[in-house]
Amino acid sequence: MVVLGQLVGLVMLVAVALTFLVGFVFVFPPAVRLTRATTGAQRRLAARWSGVTIDEPYRPTPPAPRPQRDGWYRDGRNLYKTPRIPAFNRRLTWMVNDPATWRDLAYLMLNPWAGGLIVAIPVLLVAAGLPTLLSGNVLGLLPAVIAVATAPIVVPWSLRVHGQIALGLLAPTEKARLAQRVSHLARTRIDAVDSQAAELRRIERDLHDGAQARLVAIGMTIGAAEQLVDTDPAAAKALLAKASEASATALRELRQVVRGIHPPVLAERGLGDAVRALVLDTSLTAHVTVDLPVRPDAPVESAAYFAISELLTNAVKHGGATEVWIDISHHGTTLRVTVTDDGRGGADPGRGTGLQGIERRLAAFDGVLALNSPVGGPTTAVLELTRALDSVVPPIPRWKSMTLGVCWGLCWLPLFPQGLVAMVMKLAGTPVKSWFLALYMPEALQWPTIVGMILLGGGMLATAVTLTNQAKRGKVDGCA
Amino acid sequence: MRVVIAEDLHLLREGLVALLRAHGFDVVAAVESGPDLLAAMLRERPDVAVVDVRLPPTFTDEGLQAALEARRRISGLPVLVLSQHVEQLYARELLADGSGGVGYLLKDRVFNAGQFIDAVRRVAEGGTAMDPEVIAKLLARNARSEPIGRLTPREREVLELMAEGRSNAAIGQRLFLSDSAVGKHTANIFAKLGLAPSDDDNRRVLAVLAFLNGKQAP
Repeated sequence: MVVLGQLVGLVMLVAVALTFLVGFVFVFPPAVRLTRATTGAQRRLAARWSGVTIDEPYRPTPPAPRPQRDGWYRDGRNLYKTPRIPAFNRRLTWMVNDPATWRDLAYLMLNPWAGGLIVAIPVLLVAAGLPTLLSGNVLGLLPAVIAVATAPIVVPWSLRVHGQIALGLLAPTEKARLAQRVSHLARTRIDAVDSQAAELRRIERDLHDGAQARLVAIGMTIGAAEQLVDTDPAAAKALLAKASEASATALRELRQVVRGIHPPVLAERGLGDAVRALVLDTSLTAHVTVDLPVRPDAPVESAAYFAISELLTNAVKHGGATEVWIDISHHGTTLRVTVTDDGRGGADPGRGTGLQGIERRLAAFDGVLALNSPVGGPTTAVLELTRALDSVVPPIPRWKSMTLGVCWGLCWLPLFPQGLVAMVMKLAGTPVKSWFLALYMPEALQWPTIVGMILLGGGMLATAVTLTNQAKRGKVDGCA
Repeated sequence: MRVVIAEDLHLLREGLVALLRAHGFDVVAAVESGPDLLAAMLRERPDVAVVDVRLPPTFTDEGLQAALEARRRISGLPVLVLSQHVEQLYARELLADGSGGVGYLLKDRVFNAGQFIDAVRRVAEGGTAMDPEVIAKLLARNARSEPIGRLTPREREVLELMAEGRSNAAIGQRLFLSDSAVGKHTANIFAKLGLAPSDDDNRRVLAVLAFLNGKQAP
């Protein structure tokens, strides 16, 4: 692996030289792709050996070039008939400008040396003892014994160091991470705005074709009845009955529209009961479990609700399911919904617009949908919305905060004046006893008291630090 | 008959008060928030309360919660709940204590004054008034279940009206059937559903609703 990396590194170096010295630009992208494949494998290896997960550091791929109105492709000041050259140019710029390309190269060149040095330490130790051993001295075995004895410590340590080196060069820089995040946010924002606009158009159409048209009709009917009321009371009465019927229909349609915008039961009861109400309106036998400490924000609730609604519709319509299990739970600030049905399975997110709609809607909240639907069923869909719930870190319990206060406030007392200072006084042998407890003790107990004080103070300090770190970690988990 | 009304929209509240007064009810309190409603119900102990689900201050299901709480404190206090939308979930909660004297209707039903007043009276007398939409959804849910599938179309119609809380006489009037014919249909329905027949209208309705609700608990 290491040797292969070195070889790929050399290939890449040659490609760079060819590109920038001779102008053979076409060798650059394949070389970069090869490099990335190699470092990708190294990242996975680092994860397996050293337990360090390393994300891909590369900038997002450039979008494919789009033809102008006249069918030509513009790249800078040149026009091309086919998208091949503009696409290549974009790819080249993308690769050259991405710092990750050069960090990959640096890693491939450095890794064998760094890795070699780590491996070399025990080998060198053994080698150092060899001349002595060969000259007949048994002491020559000592370095080898040390190497073997320290192996349990050195091996994991060297693996960790290797992981750190890999992390240093292969992980995305802060800048790259932000660039990825920005492009993700830009994409999801466009999706969110698009879907919102589509939703508004749908509502507008529903109102325009439905309730609005009916209200016009009702107005006209009442007007006609008004004219007839003197001359033909019976006909007027019939018209009024028709108007009243139409108003009932208009109300029913408005209710449908409202349900599609934001179901009233969701506003009134929150996600759990809204889902319970939802399954009551289907023919499914449903098992709903809800474990939510707080209500998520309304938009999140709504996104989760409509996602579940879509999943249930799919389960009935495409899967022919009769029974469904819905589990709504939280993990830290993450809202997790699992929907399992006993249908036929075989759902493919690539085909259904409904599932894509769910994914887009969830993406606006950094949510993801994972679908497992083997042909023959069962189908399990898991949707996760990170940061959906407000920090649900339980407040620090009273005893903890008391301990924390006492430890931070008083740890200095046994540690410094009664412990360390008393120790110095004792060592210096000054006759002054001042207020140092240990010096008033009988001779035999003086040292144990001093050591005990230092241990007590140190223990309090350690407790305080540990508790503070715990509290901090809780907070970080809460907002990460 | 003494009535407490809870409705936050001024116009609708006044309309309800006028409608009920015109039909000889004594409106003892007309309130507009959940806490006021609970206080009024406990203070006045009305013969029936007409309650909107969504009330201030939270504009969630404040009215429903107040009604349920009042019924917990005064067992069997008749409550007719009105709402812009009907949910089987809420119907189930209202029926859960099994003591009757509950109604759950869409606000639209107020348009038909005769039927609305009839529903208020029925609830006040310890009967039930469920919105046809709730019953339709309930039956749709149960449509595939075995005993419901064995009912004849006519029996289904009778079951629907019975589940809404109507008496035999009212069902006969609606379906143009004689009292004895309705009685025969109900006897058949109860036999097919495996329920013990009962002469008491109210108990009969509750049994039917419990049967429909109990088929598939979430």
